[in-house]
Amino acid sequence: MAHAQDKYYVPHGTRWPIIGSVGLFTLFVGVSILLNGGSTAPLALLGAAILILMMFLWFGEVIGESEAGTYNDQVDQSFRMGMMWFILSEVMFFACFFGALFYARQLALPWLGGEGSETVTNLFLWPGFENTWPSSGPAALGGDYEVMGPWGIPALNTAILLTSGVTITIAHHALKANQRGMLNLFLGLTVLLGFTFLGFQAYEYSHAYAELNLKLSTAGMYGSTFFMLTGFHGLHVTIGAIMLTVILFRCLKGHFTPARHFAFEGVAWYWHFVDVVWLGLFIFVYWL
Amino acid sequence: MSTASHPHAGHTHDPADAHHEDHHGPAKGLTRWLFTTNHKDIGTLYLLFALVMLFVGGAMAMVIRLELFQPGLQFVNPDFFNQMTTMHALIMIFGMIMPAFVGFANWMIPLMIGAPDMALPRLNNWSFWILPFASTILVSTLFMPGGGPAGGWTLYPPLSLQAGNSFPFTIFAIHMLGMSSILGSINIIVTIMNMRAPGMTLLKMPLFVWTWLITAYLLIAAMPVLAGGVTMLLTDQFFGTSFFQAAGGGDPVLFQHIFWFFGHPEVYIIILPAFGIVSQIIPTFSRKPLFGYAAMVYATASIGFLSFIVWAHHMFTVGMPLAGEMFFMLSTMLIAIPTAVKVFNWTATMWRGSLTFETPMLFALAFLFLFTIGGFSGLMLAIAPADFQYHDTYFVVAHFHYVLVPGALFGAIAGAYFWLPKWTGHRYDERLGKIHFWLSAISVNVTFFPQHFLGLAGMPRRIPDYATQFADWNMISSIGSFGFGLSQVLFAYIVFKTIRGGAKATAEVWDQPEGLEWTVPSPAPYHTFDEAPVVK
Repeated sequence: MAHAQDKYYVPHGTRWPIIGSVGLFTLFVGVSILLNGGSTAPLALLGAAILILMMFLWFGEVIGESEAGTYNDQVDQSFRMGMMWFILSEVMFFACFFGALFYARQLALPWLGGEGSETVTNLFLWPGFENTWPSSGPAALGGDYEVMGPWGIPALNTAILLTSGVTITIAHHALKANQRGMLNLFLGLTVLLGFTFLGFQAYEYSHAYAELNLKLSTAGMYGSTFFMLTGFHGLHVTIGAIMLTVILFRCLKGHFTPARHFAFEGVAWYWHFVDVVWLGLFIFVYWL
Repeated sequence: MSTASHPHAGHTHDPADAHHEDHHGPAKGLTRWLFTTNHKDIGTLYLLFALVMLFVGGAMAMVIRLELFQPGLQFVNPDFFNQMTTMHALIMIFGMIMPAFVGFANWMIPLMIGAPDMALPRLNNWSFWILPFASTILVSTLFMPGGGPAGGWTLYPPLSLQAGNSFPFTIFAIHMLGMSSILGSINIIVTIMNMRAPGMTLLKMPLFVWTWLITAYLLIAAMPVLAGGVTMLLTDQFFGTSFFQAAGGGDPVLFQHIFWFFGHPEVYIIILPAFGIVSQIIPTFSRKPLFGYAAMVYATASIGFLSFIVWAHHMFTVGMPLAGEMFFMLSTMLIAIPTAVKVFNWTATMWRGSLTFETPMLFALAFLFLFTIGGFSGLMLAIAPADFQYHDTYFVVAHFHYVLVPGALFGAIAGAYFWLPKWTGHRYDERLGKIHFWLSAISVNVTFFPQHFLGLAGMPRRIPDYATQFADWNMISSIGSFGFGLSQVLFAYIVFKTIRGGAKATAEVWDQPEGLEWTVPSPAPYHTFDEAPVVK
C-alpha cells in the first residue's frame, strides 16, 4: 500500500462525464435510428464528435494536472491499477469472440455434420453436410468465397506488431535512462509500425471484399468470426496507435521523467495487449 | 476491529499545501449533482436513482400480476405482457439492484477503509451519469413502433431478433449499462487495493468491502462477455453475420452459453453485496464479532470462482451432451458448500449474542431465512434430470425471486435502514420501519411461495393466460404482490421522512458497532478521512 507524502488529489467537480454521457446518448440514438432505416447519420456523427471532444478535454485536464505535479505516488498507483483492470475487461471482450470461434469449430459445426449423438440432425436437417473449417455452414450462406491465408500480409503484420513491441520497449528503456533522442526515435518508429499495420489491414479487407467475396455477410461462420475478431482487433490497434501518437507528442513536448511516466506505460501495456491478441488471431483465425 | 485516531491529529501540513481547498462544502444547486466528484454525493445519486427505478420496475411487476390475477386476458395484450416481463427484469437488475449496491459501495467503502474518497473521482461521476441516459433509452423503447423488447431479458435469438424498432436501442442501452458497471468496478477495486488507511490490512477489512471487491472482479470479467454477445446479436440482425444461425454454421445455443457465462456471475454480482451488508448488520445487533471472519472471506472468493463454471445449469434442456449436464450439475451443487458456510456463520454469530431486533436486523434475519429457501430451491433446480420438469415453470420464477427479493432487495433495504442515520444524521422512525418490515416480509411470501406450487403443477412462466386449475394460487400471489408494492411506498415515505428530519443520530448510531464509519459524525461530513486514520 502506498503511503502518500502529501494528500491524495481529489478533484472538486468535473464537467466532462456528463458531456460524455450526452455524447454517448446522441451517438447510440443516432446509430439505432440509422440501423432501423432512418437517416440520422449526422446525429450519430455529432454524438461521436461530442465524445471525442470530451475525451480530448478530459485527458487534457488530467495531463495538465499531472505535469503541474498535482498527483502523488498514490494517485499514480491508482491510474496504474485502473489501466490494468481496464485491460482485463478488454481481454474478456475478446475472449467472448474467441469463445464463439472455438465453439463453432469444436462443437456447433461437428454437430451439424452429425457427430456424437447428432446423427439425426445431420440426416434430416442438413443431409450431406460435412464438417470442415473454414465453413460457411450447411446452407453455404453467401455463395463461394476464398479463405484468407496466413502467409502473406497476416505474417507480415505479425512481424510488424512484434517489432513494434520491441521498439516500444526500447523507447521505454530510453525514457528510464533519460535518453530523450532515443525515446522519441523509437516511439516514433512504434507509431509508424502501428499505422503500417493498419494500412496493410485495410488493404487486406479491400482485397477480401473485392476479390475473395469474403465479407461480413458472406462466408457464414468463417466470415463472421474472421471479421468480428480482426475488425475489433483493428479498432483496438487504431485506438492504441492514436494513444501512442498522443504520447509521442507529449514526449516531444518534454513531458515525462525517468521516474514518473504512467501514461507512457499505460499505453505501452495497451499496445502489448493488442499485440498478444493479434498472436491469438494469427494462430486461430488465419493459420490453424 | 479497529480504532481510529482523530482524523486531523498527528500530521503537520506542508505550507505549500495551504492553497488546497481542503474543507470546502458541496457546490450549490443542480450542478452539485451533475459535476460532483464526491463519493457521498455519487452514492446518494445511485441510491435515489435505484429507489426511483424500484418503482418503475415495480409498476411493471404490478401489470404482470394484474393480468395474472385471473385466467383469461383481462387488461393487456400478450405482446405487451411479454414486454412487461422483459423490461421488469432488465430494469430491476441493471437499473435498480445493481445501482443500489454501487450506491452503498460509494458511500461506505471509503468510510470503511479510511479513504478520503474513491480512487478515481471523475470516473466515478461518469459511472453514475451513464445510467440515467441508458435507462432513458431502455424505457423509451416501450413507446416505439413494435413496442419494447419482448423476448425475455435473456435476449435469446432468434426470438429477440424479431423485435421492432426497439432492438438496436435495447442493445445499446445494455452496452451503456455495462460500461457504467465496468467503470464503477474498476474504481471500486482500485479504491480497495490502493486507498486503505495504514494498518487496514486485507484481512481486517469489513466483510462488506470484501464482498464488493469480489463482486467488482466478477463484473469486470463478466460484463464484457455480455457486451460481446449482444454485439453479435446486433451484427446478426443488421450486418448479415451468422453467429446464431445454424444455416451459416453458427448456433443459437452459442448465444445462451455466452449469455449465461455472463448471467451466472451476474447472479452473484447481485447477491454478494447483500451478503456483505448482512455480515455487517448481524454482528452489530448480536453485539458479537462476526463468527468465522476468514472463512466468510474464503467462502465469498469460492463463490466468485465457482460462479464462472456453472453457467450451463440455466440450459439443461437445450440438448447439451451428457458430460456437460453432469459437469454443470455437480459444479452447481458445489456452490452449496461456501453458501452454507455463510449461512451457518451468520447463525453462529447470533448464538448467545445479546440480540435486539431493530429494523435492519429484522430485514437481515428475514434475508437469512428466505434467501436460504431460495438457495434450497436452487439446489433442486441444479439436479439436471429433475430440472427437465421444472425448467421454464413458475418454480424457477419462485426460486429466483426468493433470492432476489427477500435476498438481494431485503439486503439493500436492511443496509438502507442501517446506514440512513449515518447518511442523514437522523434516526428513521423505528415504529414505521417495523411496520414496513412486517408488511414486506408477509406479503413477499404470499407473493412468491404459491409460485412454487404453480410451477410444480406445471404452470409455464412468461405466459399471460393459464389453465383454470392455477387460478387460486395466482390470485393469492397477485394479492400478495399488490401488498408488497404498496409496502414499498411506505419505505419511500420513511426514507424521505428521515432525510427531512427526525431524532438526531449519534456518531455511533447503534450500540458500539465495529468499523471506521462509526467514528465520523452523523451525518458524515462532506469530506472524511482527509488525513488517514490509523487502524490498529
